[in-house]
Amino acid sequence: MDFDLTKEQRLLNDAVQRFVAKEYSFAARERTLDSKDGWSREIWAKLAELGLLGLQVPEEQGGMGGASVETMLTMNALGRGLLLEPYLPSAILATALIRDLGSPAQKEELLPAMAAGERIAVPAHAEPGARDDLARVATTAARSGDGFVLNGGKAPVLHAAAADVLLVSARTSGGATDARGISLFIVPRAAPGVSLHAYRTLDGQRASDVSLRDVRVPAGGLLGPEGGAFEAIAAAWDLGVAAICAEAVGALQALLDSTVEYAKTRKQFGVPIGKFQALQHRMVEMLIHVEQARSMSYLAAIRATDSDPAERRRAISAAKVVIGQACRKVAQEAVQIHGGMGMTDELHVGHYFKRLTAIELSLGDTEHHLERFVRETAARKEIA
Amino acid sequence: MDLDFTAAEQAFREEARAFLRASVPAETRDKALRGVRVPWTEFARWQHILHAHGWGAPNWPKEFGGPGWGPVEQFIFEEEAASAGAPGLSPFGLKMVGPVIMAFGNAEQQRRFLPRIPSGEEWWCQGYSEPGSGSDLASLKTRAERRGDHYVVNGQKTWITLAHHADWIFCLVRTDPAAKAQQGISFLLIDMKTPGITVRPIILMDGEHEVNEVWFEDVRVPAENLVGKENQGWTYAKFLLGHERTNIAGVAISKRELRRLKRIAAAELKDGRPLIEDPSFAARIAQVEIDLMALEITNLRVVSAEKERRAPGPEASLLKIKGTEIQQAISELMMRAAGTNALRFPEVEEEKRGEPSLGAHYCNLRKTSIYGGSNEIQKNIIAQTILGL
Repeated sequence: MDFDLTKEQRLLNDAVQRFVAKEYSFAARERTLDSKDGWSREIWAKLAELGLLGLQVPEEQGGMGGASVETMLTMNALGRGLLLEPYLPSAILATALIRDLGSPAQKEELLPAMAAGERIAVPAHAEPGARDDLARVATTAARSGDGFVLNGGKAPVLHAAAADVLLVSARTSGGATDARGISLFIVPRAAPGVSLHAYRTLDGQRASDVSLRDVRVPAGGLLGPEGGAFEAIAAAWDLGVAAICAEAVGALQALLDSTVEYAKTRKQFGVPIGKFQALQHRMVEMLIHVEQARSMSYLAAIRATDSDPAERRRAISAAKVVIGQACRKVAQEAVQIHGGMGMTDELHVGHYFKRLTAIELSLGDTEHHLERFVRETAARKEIA
Repeated sequence: MDLDFTAAEQAFREEARAFLRASVPAETRDKALRGVRVPWTEFARWQHILHAHGWGAPNWPKEFGGPGWGPVEQFIFEEEAASAGAPGLSPFGLKMVGPVIMAFGNAEQQRRFLPRIPSGEEWWCQGYSEPGSGSDLASLKTRAERRGDHYVVNGQKTWITLAHHADWIFCLVRTDPAAKAQQGISFLLIDMKTPGITVRPIILMDGEHEVNEVWFEDVRVPAENLVGKENQGWTYAKFLLGHERTNIAGVAISKRELRRLKRIAAAELKDGRPLIEDPSFAARIAQVEIDLMALEITNLRVVSAEKERRAPGPEASLLKIKGTEIQQAISELMMRAAGTNALRFPEVEEEKRGEPSLGAHYCNLRKTSIYGGSNEIQKNIIAQTILGL
């Protein structure tokens, strides 16, 4: 049992925290928010320089080989900074998918470039109406000569417009909700037949609805075994959940700090409002949520790569439940305690509120994970 | 004890329903029922339509041009209006400054100001909060110095809803800095076109422009615009707090929004079935629906007391707290029903008018537990005045 960081982990933590503090001030973020693309290539390059885009990349391709703790620490910092860049979909989800499913040639072709910040890939898996059912894929991939032809729609696709490459899941066989029969394809974003309807999301990031009409994919574009991508997709998804749990912890801590600071300085009725016992107790409850969330983000980081998928799913879902409840409660309390100021676009509080709200809904909301936890617990052989 | 409405009240409901069905413009109704923001032009147009029918001021007595409805009729009208997709009426003239001028204003003020409220000729906004005076409103600093036949006003008000559309503002101002806080405040009516007034938008986290900051720099206000007596303004403000009970719980709007939640949940799929059939989600909707039923009955107890001309009991004080919690709960469930689709954030005007953003709506409604006397202040009032703590 050891909750300490190694020296290298502490150095990385310091580096990424410093990076966020220096390069990602609220004002700098606001400029990126208002920009046409909504993310910054300069920031992306700096993330690459720091080695942060390579955390999930295997050592053979110049990365850190899937460093769980380092990923958690990085996401804490990016959460504190409310990063707008496509780190989750590209550096975590897509990287993991290519690492786990790709042939040596595919890995060589994509991963070093992604780690260097030269190429961005994002997964296009979710479909309208699928909600969080990972196996519900209606997009089809029909064999055509040596390759495939894809037809269907994917929504929402995080940061599709920023990507060079989309990793599109499509059904090569099986029924609408079969896990078997789902294949993953490397599709250039600019490929004929791919069209994007891009939009902003509540938390200031970007996403798209992607439509695929007779999109041709050569044989070399199939990622992993035909019809056998589901396990890797599910594992990548859980890795993503662990990552946003850690991101949430960074944002939650920042919001707690901000609320306490405000309560100590905002005076009404002649005293700082932090003197009122009712508010003190509510801030203590916020702290309890944050610390429990932190604990579960450790669990998620460690179990995200558990060799037993059932244990992995159960732990990840438990973590997402705790974090989801913390996101909701802490964000709502922070706005309430900040009063009118908490409602404004000008103050950081509303921006944390929106990101935490988005995290709670993303990659399965609290309700979804509670249900998955129940299923995974029931499936265990003993009552434990 | 009887929870049903009388035959006369039922007949009134039918009359109101028929009129509303025929009169709410289709494009406005569509927006209100789908949760799309109603633009100012349509909002103002609705006020004119109501006024043409003689119903521009549902809560006003006949003496001042209202229909003279009792509290039950007002409650019924509000429910039918919400159901018919009518936008909520701006409360600042109808429910705030209007009743204050009726109760405490002089005849000239009543003649000059009151008729232009139900007609929509003049729009009002409320100048209460200041950057340093939110919950502690009595500490307000905006100064009004009497100089002969006028006051000179200097200061800053904030969180002013619709100041950017308002013709007039009613302000709580400090006329006696030496007196104890509540005792030095006056109620002043100020023309928004007076030189020295600057309005700056405050954008909320959902991107909307509803509220503003307003600065007053040596603004000259005729002394005739003082309502009632100098330094009695706090009394008039408190009168307002006790006065508006009939619809502060927002039951009518919440019932309409609950129906919208159910439509959304019926259209969303989970595992191939409508989300509304999912036992877990259905239970969450049921909880809110039940809370709303309880709130409606509590509201009717208050309405009934007013009808009997009795002062309402402690139940009246929970209306704002519970009402806003329910509004927020419904908006949260709508967002949850839509899942990641709720995170779409249309910015362009045409997009905004097309599909409401359920995530943005959830964000926007966080204000309800903060404004109108925050829920914390409401609880303090209950603790002190009812529980005697």
